[in-house]
Amino acid sequence: MNEYDTTVVGHSVRKLDAMGLASGRHTFTDDFALPGMLHARLLLSPHAHARITSVDASEALVLPGVVSVVSAANAPRVFHTTAGQGFPEPSPHDSVMFDWKVRHVGDRVAVIAAVSEEVAEAALGLIRVNYEVLEPVFDPLRALEPGAPVIHDEPEAHAAIPVVYRPKQNLAASAEFSTGPVDEVWDQATHRLDRTYQVHRASHCAIEPHEVIAYLDPDGRLILRSSTQVPFHARRIVANVLGLPVGRVRVIKPRIGGGFGGKQEVFLEQIAGLLCLRTELPVRLRLTRQEVFMTSRTRHPQHLRLRSAADGEGRVTLLDLDTVLDTGAYGSHALTVATNTGSKVLPLVNRTRAVRFRARSAYTTLPVSGAYRGYGATQGAFALNVQMDEMARDLGLDVLELWRRNHIRSGESSPVFQALGEGTEGVPMSIRSCGLEQCLEQGSKAIGWEEKRGRGGNGRLVRGIGMAALMQGSGIPRIDMASATLKLNDDGSVNLLVGATDLGTGSDTILAQIAAETLGIRADQVVVYSSDTDLTPFDTGAYASSTTYISGEAVRRAASDLAGKIIRVAARMMGTELHGLSLRGGLVIGGDRVVAVSDVALRSLYQEDQEQLMGMASAWGEVSPPPFSAHFAEIEVDTLTGRIRVVRYVAAVDCGVAINPALAQGQTEGAVMNGIGYALCEEYLMDDRGRMRNGSFVGYRIPSSRDVPDLVTILVPTYEPTGPYGAKSISEISINGPLPVISNAVYDAVGVRLRSSPFTPDRVWRLLKGE
Amino acid sequence: MRVTATVNGSPFSCDVAPGERLVDVLRAHGLTGTKYGCGSGECGACVVLLDGEPVNSCLVVLPRIEGHSITTIEGLGTPSVPHPIQEAFAEAGAVQCGYCTPGMVLSAYALLQRNPHPTREDVAAALDGNLCRCTGYVKIIDAVMMAAARLRGEALS
Ligand code: FES
Ligand code: FES
Repeated sequence: MNEYDTTVVGHSVRKLDAMGLASGRHTFTDDFALPGMLHARLLLSPHAHARITSVDASEALVLPGVVSVVSAANAPRVFHTTAGQGFPEPSPHDSVMFDWKVRHVGDRVAVIAAVSEEVAEAALGLIRVNYEVLEPVFDPLRALEPGAPVIHDEPEAHAAIPVVYRPKQNLAASAEFSTGPVDEVWDQATHRLDRTYQVHRASHCAIEPHEVIAYLDPDGRLILRSSTQVPFHARRIVANVLGLPVGRVRVIKPRIGGGFGGKQEVFLEQIAGLLCLRTELPVRLRLTRQEVFMTSRTRHPQHLRLRSAADGEGRVTLLDLDTVLDTGAYGSHALTVATNTGSKVLPLVNRTRAVRFRARSAYTTLPVSGAYRGYGATQGAFALNVQMDEMARDLGLDVLELWRRNHIRSGESSPVFQALGEGTEGVPMSIRSCGLEQCLEQGSKAIGWEEKRGRGGNGRLVRGIGMAALMQGSGIPRIDMASATLKLNDDGSVNLLVGATDLGTGSDTILAQIAAETLGIRADQVVVYSSDTDLTPFDTGAYASSTTYISGEAVRRAASDLAGKIIRVAARMMGTELHGLSLRGGLVIGGDRVVAVSDVALRSLYQEDQEQLMGMASAWGEVSPPPFSAHFAEIEVDTLTGRIRVVRYVAAVDCGVAINPALAQGQTEGAVMNGIGYALCEEYLMDDRGRMRNGSFVGYRIPSSRDVPDLVTILVPTYEPTGPYGAKSISEISINGPLPVISNAVYDAVGVRLRSSPFTPDRVWRLLKGE
Repeated sequence: MRVTATVNGSPFSCDVAPGERLVDVLRAHGLTGTKYGCGSGECGACVVLLDGEPVNSCLVVLPRIEGHSITTIEGLGTPSVPHPIQEAFAEAGAVQCGYCTPGMVLSAYALLQRNPHPTREDVAAALDGNLCRCTGYVKIIDAVMMAAARLRGEALS
């Protein structure tokens, strides 16, 4: 139900950079070498929790080829957060580049820059570090108990905004809210459930590892070529940590080999930058795969306790969610993932009389948690959907029916929107587009819900089906900001400069389509450049499902700005009024008169009233309209081994108008497979000293082409009036499905409730045996 | 030591240290379409063809290529004259970040040389060693099926 007839928007135009990528021509961070470039390697902590009593790099420094070593002994000590977020950041400022304390196995002790990676690697073993080993804390619940070892005992750790931050109690963040008579509703309810759920740590596994190349330009400015989702946040954080004015730092984002939230962290740029400033040589710092697992960021594991109540009519009257997040050694995204666990989940059920939410993020001496596609919603949606399935069975209702009776609808609001923001209060919002009902309808048909639900069986291989209802957001309201610049060229093509950061999603193409639609040209007449802090206007970056909705709106406005100028010149050329002129097919059309946009450009550039016609605009979200989705799966449990196979998976998604349906499907398929891997096999195996035992793609298995089920994406069209051409977001939502869907399907098959992830054969087998 | 081989149809020779890996040497010579994802044979981002067979170039030490023929993604096609597999990847939406794509395309090429009539299962099996975190593989398999049909000269359905 497009409100306009669109010629470019809503069409699966080919991704602009697809052929350059398929032919290996586009360049990523590492595809760029500078003469004399040094190679850096990190020395990582072997201990989960220890004080460094001394670091001696003298032996390393005399190894031929070693140029510089930096550790706590000679690094600037500026407390910051590595979370690439709006300013001031809601995450606690609890990190320095190198500290006298290490807080997880894989924490940074020192860095070496040498003439080659081999020399740097050899020198790692020559740094003498003495540690005073401290008691580790591997359990977030234990970390919050009185008397637990204090992980951040340094006095400088602080919160940059007025929020609860109690490092002495290992409390990195907390949030809570409550509305309605919680206890009364609970006490009076006829149907009640009180369950705990556990979700686990995971790695983003972008195939391109984190990397930065730092160099100085001829004027001595620091240039960072980085695999980042947040170039502008990186510039700000690096400038702060290194004591440089922002204007002395430039961050260039080349092609990015996937991010998924993992590259929303600024933890390497400052180190490479410091080495570069010290040596005045280009420095390349690339993580090995094992280092990506150990020292980059992960999904926050959570212990969730969810209580719900319902009345005899199948109305869910209470949701009460209390969760503890394991933020690991540093509090990156500790508050905002916590609040999103509630704000991107609880509003789904919207007939309640009372809602309560509490979240606490605990420091532990484990790998650092951070932003990961889904961002709390993944964890919360698991608890909610598994509990809805159980509640429906208690009530003797089909879970689809329970959802139908309770889910949020267009025109409704939720008290949660206002109560839970990102570090501040939220923003009141009423839903203006919601296709959840159609998602439930179309998805259940596609999976064969009526025919297949509750068929179970007694053989070795038993099938079952399950479902989940999901939501996310579209950007962070009143925080995320994006801007765009367009300039018109001689031939009627345009350059589009955006700070929005395409990390492989296809956002460059989406933004080109929006510009092309507005200007009445083809998408391939839009030359997109993203993103470079010197050349492109500001954008908070690629996270929080913000790019299509917020950066897209900035582009739409910039393009209308330019369209207005083109029309003004054309009117002069035609000698007519502005009124009634429109842009289509590369022409300015007014009744039976037309002027080519290229003639407008030529006139402006070379002939009369000369000026460069440009469009410029910014946008920020007043609200964050949620995409909605219903996921369904048919699975098969091997009751002998506990192995689960996903046979068929259906994701029905309402993302508003899909600007590019093929790319929207691609986002969904990728997110679903990432979610299936997370549900079934991806897991950090830790030993009793906090060391990861499986830091490779062999040990930590992610889905391969053989693991793909029959996977169906259904795009359910709605029109979001606040979004560019009716669009909402799509990138994150579908990762939230597989965990609850598969758990619910396993119950349907074999009557076993999986409340802890991942659902490895071993865990399933033990539950089947009644252990 | 000096190694002599054929790379993308042209004679190639260079001095290398023993133990140097093919991925690094190719990249140092400007063939940066060959990617690094793990360095230990687990992701397929560095796949090249060695005498037509896909290999993880991070596991190939240089003496191994002496006298052999290497094809990298740059040798398969160019943006203006792409190989039909590259064309199909672009068209089917099989490219997201594109970091896995060169390796995927080369593995697919080797498959189609060997088996011009693959099933979806054959394609999935042939690409098993190439990890992709972005696409969920659906459109990659679509692309290879599309390319196979075109290479057989069949009209597209
Ligand atoms: S880099 Fe060679 S297989 Fe991963
Ligand atoms: S397209 Fe990104 S890893 Fe495959």
